[in-house]
Amino acid sequence: MNAAAGSSQLEVEDLRVRFTTPALDLTAVDGVSFRIEAGEVFGLVGESGCGKTVTCRALIRLFGGSPPSAIGGTVRFAGRDLATLDERAWSALRGSEISMIFQDPMTSLNPTMRVGTQIAEGLQRHRGLTAREARAAAIEMLAAVGVPAAERRHLDYPHAFSGGMRQRVLIAIALACRPKLLIADEPTTALDVTVQDQILKLILKLRNDIGMSVLLVTHDIGVIAQTCDGVAVMYAGKIVESGATAQVVNRPAHPYTRALLAALPAHTRRGDPLRPIDGEPPNLAEPPPGCRFHPRCTFAIAACREIVPAPIEVEAGHRSACLRAGEIG
Amino acid sequence: MSAPRAKRWQRLAGNRNLQVGLTMLAVLLLAGAFGPWLVRWDPIEIDFAAALQRPGAAHPFGTDELGRDVLARVLAATFVDLKVVAVCVVLPFFIGSLIGLASGYYGGWFDRALMRLVDVLLAFPHYVLVIAIVGSLGPGIANLYLAFALVVWISFARIVRAEVLVARRAEYAQAARLLGYGHARVMLRHILPNVITPAIIFMMSDVVLTILAVTSLGFLGLGIQPPTPEWGLMIAEGRTFLQDAWWISVFPGLAIVYVGITFTVLGEGLDDFLRPKG
Repeated sequence: MNAAAGSSQLEVEDLRVRFTTPALDLTAVDGVSFRIEAGEVFGLVGESGCGKTVTCRALIRLFGGSPPSAIGGTVRFAGRDLATLDERAWSALRGSEISMIFQDPMTSLNPTMRVGTQIAEGLQRHRGLTAREARAAAIEMLAAVGVPAAERRHLDYPHAFSGGMRQRVLIAIALACRPKLLIADEPTTALDVTVQDQILKLILKLRNDIGMSVLLVTHDIGVIAQTCDGVAVMYAGKIVESGATAQVVNRPAHPYTRALLAALPAHTRRGDPLRPIDGEPPNLAEPPPGCRFHPRCTFAIAACREIVPAPIEVEAGHRSACLRAGEIG
Repeated sequence: MSAPRAKRWQRLAGNRNLQVGLTMLAVLLLAGAFGPWLVRWDPIEIDFAAALQRPGAAHPFGTDELGRDVLARVLAATFVDLKVVAVCVVLPFFIGSLIGLASGYYGGWFDRALMRLVDVLLAFPHYVLVIAIVGSLGPGIANLYLAFALVVWISFARIVRAEVLVARRAEYAQAARLLGYGHARVMLRHILPNVITPAIIFMMSDVVLTILAVTSLGFLGLGIQPPTPEWGLMIAEGRTFLQDAWWISVFPGLAIVYVGITFTVLGEGLDDFLRPKG
């Protein structure tokens, strides 16, 4: 589904994000590279704390209360190096060309503004629509994300919506300006399973309608398998495996990916215990030497403790950063 | 589902404090607005022949040592005092809320410097500072306003700042930045409406403190100057006659108590109305 030839919609190269406080010094994202083509849905998967969210935040350069001490590497969006943008250019880009939806729809909407106003605000700011035009567009958008009776409900405040409906409203806000890239950070984690599926289908449908790229961040590799064209698996701030979804899910070439897949309830026979990954992700302030996964890896050999594995291409477009990638695949 | 106005009336119907408070406020405002026209006596005109009369048919609240009708003076003083109190509350409310908003939002050295200043100001009792400022600048309304603005903003700044510290971490505030909105827009449009309620409720209790402070300053001769009728001033003038003519001081005192109760009840009611529990 890689539609556009030439330069990709988003190119991330050797991204590094480092946080320094007097107490600790950690590199949350350590040399992450991937590219997302126009119209592609790209998945970023990994356990909590592996650096997925920090990666997203680094892409749009907003960190909330705790900014990192250093960001390295390059991020190119539609061929433009984002490191060169000033604050004004960023404001024009965010919400307009690049949009983001958050994990928790219960807290991401402003409780004191009508949802229609929240959708319309971006259209007025970024597209120069009048209040009246923006309201009409907001109602249209609300209907497009499947909120029933949109011409009435746009006047409601967020508290009048359920979790799934709020996530739809958030998607409407994020997509009102028809961005070229949507970053969805765990968009379904806080939702019921049935609603999760609806929201994912909605994102895929709107991807087709608008023709945008999607960076889908999740800890659920099952979600990736259903929705993404390409995928990168992150562990402890590094990408350990990447490739087309079919390649990675069907022929995992890294022990971590295999463990993630094995941990899925669907891969466990009825009556058998679930198979969690033993141990915990490492403390990023003192990552283990060599391969960062070796303390938890069932395939680890002596060399894993010393050598930092470089990504190896196991098949066309499918890379794994494991010393034994060839034997595992 | 979407009948916010009807819902608001419903909540008002169940809120006894708000009903009583609003009614008492309406009575107060009506008395201040129309009272002076309903009393046939002039609040300033001196009539020695009628000095120190007990409350009775001609003068329901009696007369003072200069023969002025106490009821006429209490009513005439209503808007004088309320106007001064309003400015002394609203001015610090605006200044303090904006400073608290910016301080909490930007944080860093700006926040630290401001909060140290607040700590220093807080070390003095509010009204000692107000009296000191008015005393050194000289009595008068403008100096009174200035003194309140300089001192009382810290309460509002602290309240709003504390709320902003929570709100700016909320995802909707970060989402607003993500949508490409500037700092001023995020602060004023997205954060301020979410943090201002406690400051509004505090404003009600501040009215109570301020009416006491303003009338105390009047009592001390540092506020409104005679012959303008003012409750604190009237109490001060009547205190030498307290044993023979209690009514000169007691009625303006009761007026102050009435204002205090009105805004206390109103504040309770607003608290329930603006911050519905559960």
